[in-house]
Amino acid sequence: MKQPAKNPDLHAEIDESIALRQEVTGFGSLLRAQPFWVFLAILAIGVVMTFVSDAFMTERNLFNITRNFAFFGIMALGMSAVICTAGIDLSVGSLLGLCAITLGLTMQSGLGIEMGFLVCMATAAIVGFINGFLIAYLKMAPFVVTLGMLAMARSIAMVLSNNKMIYDFGPDTDLFEWIGGESVLGVPNVVWVLIVMTAIFWIVWRHTTWGRWVIAIGGNAEAAKLSGIPVERMIVSVYMVCSMCTGLAAFMFIGYTGSATNGMGVTYELTVIAASVIGGANLMGGVVYALGAPIGAALMELIRNSLLLAGIPALWQQFFVGLFLILAVLLEQIRNRGGK
Amino acid sequence: MSLLELVGITKSFGAIHALEGVDLEVEAGEVVGLMGDNGAGKSTLMKIVAGNFLPTEGTIRIEGREVEFQKPVDARMAGIEIVYQDLALCDNLSAAANVFLGREEKKRIGPFAFIDHKSIFDRAAKIFAELKSETRPRDLVRQMSGGQRQAVAIARTRLSDPKLVLMDEPTAAISVRQVAEVLALIKRLGDSGHAVILVSHRMPDVFEVCDRVAVLRRGLKVADKSIAETSPEEVTGLITGAIEAA
Ligand SMILES: Nc1ncnc2c1ncn2[C@@H]1O[C@H](COP(=O)(O)OP(=O)(O)O)[C@@H](O)[C@H]1O
Ligand SMILES: [Mg+2]
Repeated sequence: MKQPAKNPDLHAEIDESIALRQEVTGFGSLLRAQPFWVFLAILAIGVVMTFVSDAFMTERNLFNITRNFAFFGIMALGMSAVICTAGIDLSVGSLLGLCAITLGLTMQSGLGIEMGFLVCMATAAIVGFINGFLIAYLKMAPFVVTLGMLAMARSIAMVLSNNKMIYDFGPDTDLFEWIGGESVLGVPNVVWVLIVMTAIFWIVWRHTTWGRWVIAIGGNAEAAKLSGIPVERMIVSVYMVCSMCTGLAAFMFIGYTGSATNGMGVTYELTVIAASVIGGANLMGGVVYALGAPIGAALMELIRNSLLLAGIPALWQQFFVGLFLILAVLLEQIRNRGGK
Repeated sequence: MSLLELVGITKSFGAIHALEGVDLEVEAGEVVGLMGDNGAGKSTLMKIVAGNFLPTEGTIRIEGREVEFQKPVDARMAGIEIVYQDLALCDNLSAAANVFLGREEKKRIGPFAFIDHKSIFDRAAKIFAELKSETRPRDLVRQMSGGQRQAVAIARTRLSDPKLVLMDEPTAAISVRQVAEVLALIKRLGDSGHAVILVSHRMPDVFEVCDRVAVLRRGLKVADKSIAETSPEEVTGLITGAIEAA
């Protein structure tokens, strides 16, 4: 490119005016973060609901809301990592069903809860590895690979379960159902798991090279590769992390429901993806917030709960979930344009 | 013994012959200009030396030892740093995060290793000051001007003490004032015993800082002369083909 040599001062001026745009820190970065705005929306809905329904603010109702969204929140933490690499994982709902069956069969045969947990997580790890391998090394589109896995994992769950429900979890049934369904200090166990997982992801995104490299890959995979980051291996690990978050959610969820069927988790992938996106994950990649996953999941559950309590027919539920999804993405675009 | 010695480097992408039997030697402390028209093969040659591609044929020697760079890290280990033509930065990360990408400084807490943000920001700030760039380590690359992005890409080469720095069109997208700073940096690199290969379209840049100039035309090296023995007119002729070879 030729430089117009006659006016160096103008260039200097432009450079400096651009340089004045500081990186936003503290309060500024809070205002820029999608989860913050979604959190405000949650508070707003909460305030409105206390006037609409006396049942809303009860301990029982809040307990139910948090427990219900926690399963999705845990899955959305992993989904956010996948979306950060500009990928997608459509197989998490089916994987939940498959994990339910492998876990159920293991425990039913009397192998105990530790073995059940290991088998559940191994199932998830294997599925994640296959997804990641096909996407990273064979350069297949994430949408296609995980859509295929959505069908295959569900089918294997059906074959393994022989289409029967499992409700006998062997000698550790009580402990298993306590972990998934009970609470400690008034907070459901699954919410504790979500809190711990969110904290771990927060640290991972901010303070570890794994997190930074995943964000870098989402920003510019080519540049990440040139910087010596093992991009393929990282992508495999990201899909494994996503699947294993689902494995963990499955372990808690089966304990909570007290039974395992091969139909578990149907369409959950849509809820989980919506929760991640509402929480600020950008399908173009490169953006991730640890707090986004639980906050996005919370908003969706809150909408469901509020419609119920406000006496609006449940048929409207999907409409409002969809509406908020679109509004969240719109909000993000508007903020991005403002920042540029 | 030369620092870098390329012998008969050939590179084909399918039917395209990007490079055909290119020889090039660079001595320690030498600044070599590499010129040529668009598509002449300059970037391809730089990427081969930086370990992005293996040559189809030919040999690379570093200080007399034959090397085979399978990936960029191998070249970096051998003391070669590169500034890519398209800069290869992650827009969604800060300047400092880009400078240290893939080479993050870490501190250990128990069995875990965490990114040492303070050390990274401090060192990046020092490097930017050294480059006389007003780039701030915490700024997001997305919001940066061409010159600041350039500074980030160049700063990446300052983390280690490389023997050879490859710069692919480092002044193509920046302001006049910043061009002067990049050229000053290249001069300083040369004076402190580092070798530099400067790929550039800009005749004045090459004649200002280079000791020698090599010209590529359609994958062939058509000239390799000391700056003192040539002129911008001759080099222009060599680039366009008006002069066959020199
Ligand atoms: N990765 C690639 N795949 C296929 N062809 C390529 C690739 N990289 C470069 N080329 C081709 O090689 C030739 C030389 O390109 P390049 O080295 O970028 O030229 P220059 O940097 O001198 O403008 C061009 O014809 C270009 O299209
Ligand atoms: Mg080029």
